Amino acid sequence: MRTGNGGRVDRSRRINFSFDGRAYQGCAGDTLASALLANGVHLVGRSFKYHRPRGFVAAGSEEPNALVDIDRGNGRSAPNLRATQVELYEGLVAKSQNRWPSLAFDLQALNDLAPAGLFGAGFYYKTFMSPRGAWHRLYEPFIRRVAGLGHAPKLPDPDHYSQRYAHCDVLVVGAGATGLAAALAAGETGAAVILADEQAEMGGGLLDERTASIDGLSAANWVGATLARLAAMPNVTLLPRTQAFGYYAQNFLGLAEKLTEHLAAPDKSQPRERLWKVRARQVLLATGAIERPLVFPDNDRPGVMLASAARTFANRYGVRPGERAVVFVADDTGYGAALDLHAAGTEIAVIADLRTAPSGPGFEAASGTGLRIMPATVVTGVSGNLRVSGVTLGSLAADGTVRGGEKIVCDLVLMAGGWTPAVHLFSQSRGKLAYDSERQIYLPGTYAQAAQSAGACNGTFELAQAIAEGHAAGAVAVGTPGTRSFAVTGAIAPAGGFHGAVPHDRNPEQVKAFVDFQNDVTAKDIKLAVREGMHSIEHIKRYTTTGMATDQGKTSNMNGLAIASAALDKPIPDIGLTTFRPPFTPVTFGTLAGHSRGALLDPVRQTPMHGWAAANGAKFEDVGQWKRAWYFPKPGEDMHAAVNRECRAARSAAGLFDATTLGKIEIVGPDAAEFMERLYTNPWHKLGIGRCRYGLMLNEAGFVMDDGVIGRLAADSFHVTTTTGGATRVLAHMEDYLQTEFPELKVWLTSTTEQWAVIAIQGPKAREIIAPLVEGIDLAAETMPHMSVREGSICGVPTRLFRVSFTGELGFEINVPADHGRAVWEAVHEAGVPHGLTPYGTETMHVLRAEKGYIIVGQETDGTVTPSDLGLDWAIGKAKKDFVGKRSLKRPDLVKTDRKHLVGLLTADPKVVLEEGAQITVEASPATGTPALGHVTSSYWSETLGRSIAMALVAGGKGRMGATLHVPMPDGGIAVTVTEPVFFDKEGGRINA
Amino acid sequence: MPDLTRSRLTPLSSLPPAVPGVSYSAAPAIARLLYRGSDGAVAAGAAFGVALPTQPCSSAIAGDRATLWLGPDEWLLLAPEYETLAVQQAIAAALPGIAHAVVDISHRQVGLRLDGPRAAAVLNAGVPLDLSLKAFPVGMVTRTIFEKAEIILWRTGPVAFRVEVWRSFAPYVMAIMAVA
Amino acid sequence: MLLIRCPYCEMERPELEFRYGGEAHVVRAAEPETIGDEAWGQFLYLRSNPKGLHAERWRHTNGCGRFFNCLRDTVTDRIFVTYKAGEPRPELAS
Ligand SMILES: [Zn+2]
Repeated sequence: MRTGNGGRVDRSRRINFSFDGRAYQGCAGDTLASALLANGVHLVGRSFKYHRPRGFVAAGSEEPNALVDIDRGNGRSAPNLRATQVELYEGLVAKSQNRWPSLAFDLQALNDLAPAGLFGAGFYYKTFMSPRGAWHRLYEPFIRRVAGLGHAPKLPDPDHYSQRYAHCDVLVVGAGATGLAAALAAGETGAAVILADEQAEMGGGLLDERTASIDGLSAANWVGATLARLAAMPNVTLLPRTQAFGYYAQNFLGLAEKLTEHLAAPDKSQPRERLWKVRARQVLLATGAIERPLVFPDNDRPGVMLASAARTFANRYGVRPGERAVVFVADDTGYGAALDLHAAGTEIAVIADLRTAPSGPGFEAASGTGLRIMPATVVTGVSGNLRVSGVTLGSLAADGTVRGGEKIVCDLVLMAGGWTPAVHLFSQSRGKLAYDSERQIYLPGTYAQAAQSAGACNGTFELAQAIAEGHAAGAVAVGTPGTRSFAVTGAIAPAGGFHGAVPHDRNPEQVKAFVDFQNDVTAKDIKLAVREGMHSIEHIKRYTTTGMATDQGKTSNMNGLAIASAALDKPIPDIGLTTFRPPFTPVTFGTLAGHSRGALLDPVRQTPMHGWAAANGAKFEDVGQWKRAWYFPKPGEDMHAAVNRECRAARSAAGLFDATTLGKIEIVGPDAAEFMERLYTNPWHKLGIGRCRYGLMLNEAGFVMDDGVIGRLAADSFHVTTTTGGATRVLAHMEDYLQTEFPELKVWLTSTTEQWAVIAIQGPKAREIIAPLVEGIDLAAETMPHMSVREGSICGVPTRLFRVSFTGELGFEINVPADHGRAVWEAVHEAGVPHGLTPYGTETMHVLRAEKGYIIVGQETDGTVTPSDLGLDWAIGKAKKDFVGKRSLKRPDLVKTDRKHLVGLLTADPKVVLEEGAQITVEASPATGTPALGHVTSSYWSETLGRSIAMALVAGGKGRMGATLHVPMPDGGIAVTVTEPVFFDKEGGRINA
Repeated sequence: MPDLTRSRLTPLSSLPPAVPGVSYSAAPAIARLLYRGSDGAVAAGAAFGVALPTQPCSSAIAGDRATLWLGPDEWLLLAPEYETLAVQQAIAAALPGIAHAVVDISHRQVGLRLDGPRAAAVLNAGVPLDLSLKAFPVGMVTRTIFEKAEIILWRTGPVAFRVEVWRSFAPYVMAIMAVA
Repeated sequence: MLLIRCPYCEMERPELEFRYGGEAHVVRAAEPETIGDEAWGQFLYLRSNPKGLHAERWRHTNGCGRFFNCLRDTVTDRIFVTYKAGEPRPELAS
């Protein structure tokens, strides 16, 4: 219920929201958790395995139970959000999870009554073992139904997410008292400081203080004043709502900032979340501590919560989480919570202290206020199913036995089990934790990186000391050590604490005392795991699932260790500590993906002529990152018809093709020819200036890695082309050899792929069409034969004009500076239309080249194919002493005669087009398990030949010319005849026209 | 025959919208020549009119020309567009018998300018480098990455940068800047 | 993401700008034709793959473009030193 005044909410601004379909009102400044509690709602979830009713345990990111699904509609939804971190906004729609059919009446709660052991430790391993076939049929669907927490959104996420790299001198994680002081000390020196905090409002635990003052200001006012000073420093970046979730090598941290989650109507142009990738010279961890629950029977009833959480709800949000409370303490801060609740109007029925002789300022103050205190008293049971209705107390004897005692009516039970330093990020940084056996806590020990911890996460619990430590650490981080003291009054520091299972007098087989609320692990489960032979905490964790998943053991870790320690009769440090994994709290996939989704998943590269192709109806295909025109259908044409028409045009008149995406490398320097000699199989020294040659590139193992036409522009200059997909790889391969194997060569390599737009014109009329546009180049066949290159101009634009062909036709490739590509393309097109010039795409290009038996690296090759396998022995410079891959060509495996060879395949039925990738066998219907002789690498309908053609890699193929083989398919084997892989114009007359 | 020397199309036709703190502009067409080779670097700089800096990741400017260090034997030379040929000839003449390479890459990439106090933050949406003035002072230049695209990043002023990017990657880079 | 000092740029740069290049100091024979099948096969395919200190090649691909070498501990990922291609493997003071 809402208190009359106080707290940081604005009672005058009412906020409407709904939970499980019911309408409620909260206040501006509420979280979903505080707003629900203000409406008296405690029941917010069902537990993971047993479907037990659950309420709020905590008030922050350590909340294990209150996971909700927030849905804004249209795909804007998120599951598994902690209600304690969800800021309330007008119209918020929240749903509970893991219940069916409803939260108050959950049929699966019968799991809770299941025979002991069914859902106990190791239940995954024991229950779902046999019969084998039952897994898919029964067990998996069952587990998915009952064990799921939230549901992943089904619609695409319409929001966008941003990322930013940031560098700073000091990254301070946590903006509580310690972090604020640290940021102040570092910021005052002018250093670049980033201060990140997971909460909406900075200040941490100080925002929960009712009585504390710092340097004469109330805690809240000190926070306000300090934040104002930090905000005024241009060198300080404040990041609220920002979770430092991962700490990686060399002080690299991941921070997830929520930008619009708290807004009722987010501006859709704004990113929803931002991933900060921070590199910090120094990291300052001020991550505080997490209060431990006490492990007693039925400690999971809605209305049982951490004392610190109740305090937060009361002091910060102005909400009384109950009207009559039993406070179960093992630590002095529990008394502070009791006093704060008392001040907020909650009746404190009793403070049960597990310790025999409580002491401390909290205890003194509570005594002085007249609150009823019972030392050496434990809670042995909680009544009430959907909400606490009372507790049973027991008195704890010196020998550890418990004798039944008083029943007390209450609607709220607070647990104050002591505090566990939040060392998660320190542990992620590969720092070594040290065990403080006196206080039974793990603390930062040996640092692996340039980092410091300060305040409660460092075991410094007392407020004045923590602030001073934070300030000193901030000063050290920027290299100006110094100390300052802070005058603090009215704060109650942790003192005391308890680990493990609280003794009780009930039948241990019949009670559930929870250690890990999120994973539904009880004290009994851990003891059982130990009995069943799990002696390392790593095994216990996996067997019981304690400390796993999104919770990462925030509230359960130390209690779990202590119970295992007692069961094993070994000290806590001897049973080990599981590794804390990132993320500290869940991070959405959207945040991690950042810009890399939808249209920005990967760069989409377009050629200068792309716009023309798009305007002329081209269909595009993806080739690596490039969009390439695939075919240009006319109205009513399908792909087949369009490709046939394009092929006919190229063979009978001329075709126009965008070849810009081919990789291009300019190789310049006095040793250019020698370099070419070493990197390609062919000879280059004697290639004339202005002439071209087909170049074949091998890797060192002797396998074909790329090919392309290479023109010699000058004695010391070559224009190399590569495959589209190989451009980057080939240049890297060349640089590797040049820099590391042949550094003595005076030659330099420059990618010119994007310098040139390349317009290929192929067909008998190609020369006729471009002749009127070209200046300074004699195109006549005798002066510019096939495989030559000239420099001149076209339409006034400088060009490198290649006479080359990948179609078997007379052809040119017009290279012009890329800005001019579109205009020149249009001019050539316009000049060619009267001659029948037809634009064609990559599909027609593939057909035309296959008719000529020209290979495509990556289609006819797969990284295990040699030049000889492809029938390209002619491209090997036999007289060359060395080239990359040459030695390997003589390796025994590479000279075997039964290697797979490239052959042509003609189907017996000319209308049948084989499937690429289909296997090839001798028999039409081979027995199952018969090894294939090879596979079809390329297969097309050849309009020119009026039949299908195919290329294939076939074992011993060169010796099988004329043989009949088969391509087995589901509806029967297809008979094929093995041929040479050249189907059209074998004499090559057309290309030299 | 059409004269198409003035018919040009660059991928910078649609720039990211200006937002408070950063504005974008397309650098005009320019001559970009990649100079390679160590032996002749001093003479090449003299012929070009701007020394080729030897300090890694630095640049030099004189008049309407600039030289940008990209690697230990690699510099990007920028000059007015119409001087491409003259520069090539001047360097060739100044380096008789000295091994080097000059390659025209004027059209390979485009120049995008960012101006304003938020420019560094926008760039850091994709650039993993520390862009504080201390770590990346005015005049510093380097190849780096912007998300999945390679760029050359050159700081031309305290809040001014020039990004050189291969032309087909420009739309990708600008689209990310627009939502950064 | 590691920071790697490029010996040519003379500064630490983020790992994203680099490409890994395998074991360093694996030298291609000046006259491969003189190498026997066994030894050539080892040159092609066998690498030391140590647990601990490893001399390896990196390239500042999206930076100065240079290949260089690096001594890295394969267990901790700690990089002890980077040095230019062609320079001998440095001795580490123990
Ligand atoms: Zn470098």
